[in-house]
Amino acid sequence: MEVEVRLFASFRVGRFKYKRLTFNDEAKIIDILDSLKIKKEELGLVLVNGIYSDTDAFVKDNDVLAIFPPVAGG
Amino acid sequence: MNGYTGKIIRVDLTNKIIKIEKLNMDYAKNYIGGRGLGSKYLCEEIDPQIDALSPENKLIFMTGPVTGTNATCAGRFNVVAKAPLTGTIGAGNTGGYFGPELKFAGYDGIIFEGKANNPVYLHINDDLVELKDAKHIWGKNVFETTDILLNENEEDAKVACIGPAGEKLVLFAAVMNDKDRAAGRSGLGAVMGSKNLKAVIVKGSNGIGVANALQFNKAVAEAREKVTANGVTGTGGGLATYGTEVLVNILNEMHALPTNNWQTSRFEDADKISGEYLTENYLIRNKACYACPIGCGRTIKIPDGKYKGVVAGPEYEAGWSYGASCGINDLNEINKANHVCNMLGLDPVTMGATIACAMELYEKGYITKEDLDGGELKFGDANSIMKLTEQTGNREGFGDKLALGSYRLADMYGHPELSMTVKKQEMPAYDGRAIQGMGLSYATSNRGGCHVRGYVTSTEVLGIPMKTDPLSTEGKAALVKLFQDLTALVDSSDICLFTTFAIGLPEVSGMLRGTTGFEYSDEEMLLVGERIWNLEKLFNLQAGLTREDDLLPPRLLNEPVTSGPSKGKVTELEVMLDEYYQLRGWDKEGVPTDEKLAELSLSNKGLAEAF
Repeated sequence: MEVEVRLFASFRVGRFKYKRLTFNDEAKIIDILDSLKIKKEELGLVLVNGIYSDTDAFVKDNDVLAIFPPVAGG
Repeated sequence: MNGYTGKIIRVDLTNKIIKIEKLNMDYAKNYIGGRGLGSKYLCEEIDPQIDALSPENKLIFMTGPVTGTNATCAGRFNVVAKAPLTGTIGAGNTGGYFGPELKFAGYDGIIFEGKANNPVYLHINDDLVELKDAKHIWGKNVFETTDILLNENEEDAKVACIGPAGEKLVLFAAVMNDKDRAAGRSGLGAVMGSKNLKAVIVKGSNGIGVANALQFNKAVAEAREKVTANGVTGTGGGLATYGTEVLVNILNEMHALPTNNWQTSRFEDADKISGEYLTENYLIRNKACYACPIGCGRTIKIPDGKYKGVVAGPEYEAGWSYGASCGINDLNEINKANHVCNMLGLDPVTMGATIACAMELYEKGYITKEDLDGGELKFGDANSIMKLTEQTGNREGFGDKLALGSYRLADMYGHPELSMTVKKQEMPAYDGRAIQGMGLSYATSNRGGCHVRGYVTSTEVLGIPMKTDPLSTEGKAALVKLFQDLTALVDSSDICLFTTFAIGLPEVSGMLRGTTGFEYSDEEMLLVGERIWNLEKLFNLQAGLTREDDLLPPRLLNEPVTSGPSKGKVTELEVMLDEYYQLRGWDKEGVPTDEKLAELSLSNKGLAEAF
């Protein structure tokens, strides 16, 4: 399946901003993070199609993943 | 010593009489400092129904007991007055170095009353407190004013002042300090201008003692460790690296970034106005306030034009107001407009949002080219924002109308429903339809549309300290109440609110106990926050506000989000509001019950007359 991965803040450094990537159909978010060499403890949050998601959730074809390190503001 | 200096400066501007009086320690015990203590003095001393720009209003600068100590992010103070934009109680919390310096000079706060018959400024150097003529700086911008005052007084003093916007009573003029820090919202700078008070310059040479040094040092060390180790607030963390504008992409990915005056919730060019883009293209270094290990402030370059140079960069809400809110993707022009706000002493949140409202009024044909002296005002047009900001601060041309804020502007053209305000103050950069708790937080904020009275975005979006569902209303009333009470406490200790991304009630209470010696449990500390919230509410009720004012703009209640996970959603305010009033111990009209007031040791004196 193909997934659009969008990286933000420090996760872009040495990686990319936006990319369509191919994964096997059983992939979970944690597998995608592994493939990007993003450790779980470095993670702030993942949005799947704009919705906050746990890292053990499965991903579907054409999902859009937005991956952020810990950030805040206001 | 217990964090307090024990002294307040009272300045009668009308008669030019300065008195040093003892801090009311009963007030301090019940309202701590900063926002709470300033609000207590204001509520005791003015009639809430007065005109905010009349001499009867008072302008209060108030520090907290922690201000100026080495507690984490202890650089803040509050400016408190009845606010001209909203007609509510107004309190602006600002960082930098001015607040600590006031403590070093030996004062917890300053109360300005009356109106000077000619422009003046207050000069403080420890025991020397004097009013001086300000004719030569009247009309000067914030940076010029600061430089002139430092040149003619102590060069290492700290300055708080207004710019031309405050002098000309722009309803959202800010009180500025240390050049680019601001008690920004609700028009406190206009109150200062209405009193012919241009500036306060302070130099101090004293230290600040705490009640229990051992307890204080332990609490500060624990808090500092958590703040510096945290992924958001820590060294090399999100706030230090990208500043607050890093939120742009998160809110946009959620379709919760209000765009084109809240007509949509996603901005196609969000990345071009993001913290990432700012860092990559304009950042020179980050910048910290007093005793701050975070350093979220941005020092940026403006590479071209008449403001070419090194200036302060925009915060998230300012970047949003001129950016997505106006449909503008040119960060360089946004940076310039934000800089003009700092120079002229304007709140950039209301400024940008008011321009966005004007853009919608123009595109719908309610504002005409003639109103704009033949020009146009379209979403996405970056060329207009700097000029309109200059015109507003100086009250020239169409800027004279923008100077009233979006509610009065839209009302003037017959369409107040296009103003995205609560209590006539513009809501900032989080869509309350996509983040339900923020909708309730905006509606119930005691100073009108505002994100920092109860920042539940922290849990609904960021998962700090725990994740809640932004689309659900369940539990949001309790969450908003908790955040509002805790924030009132933090704003009154005068620790920076950003520390609370890493620390919570136990750490804040611990630092306060060590500083003041007040032996309050954590729960009793939170009760102080609740007391402050209710005091502010009583002021607003006495000023004439009702349940009808705890309302969101019709767009949020009737026009659903058009895309993303919240597509089809409006803010379900009524159900949350009823539950919120109940949890607060208020009746259906939002009036605190006698039982609640007794629990908080508050009096509703004056309330009966208001109804």
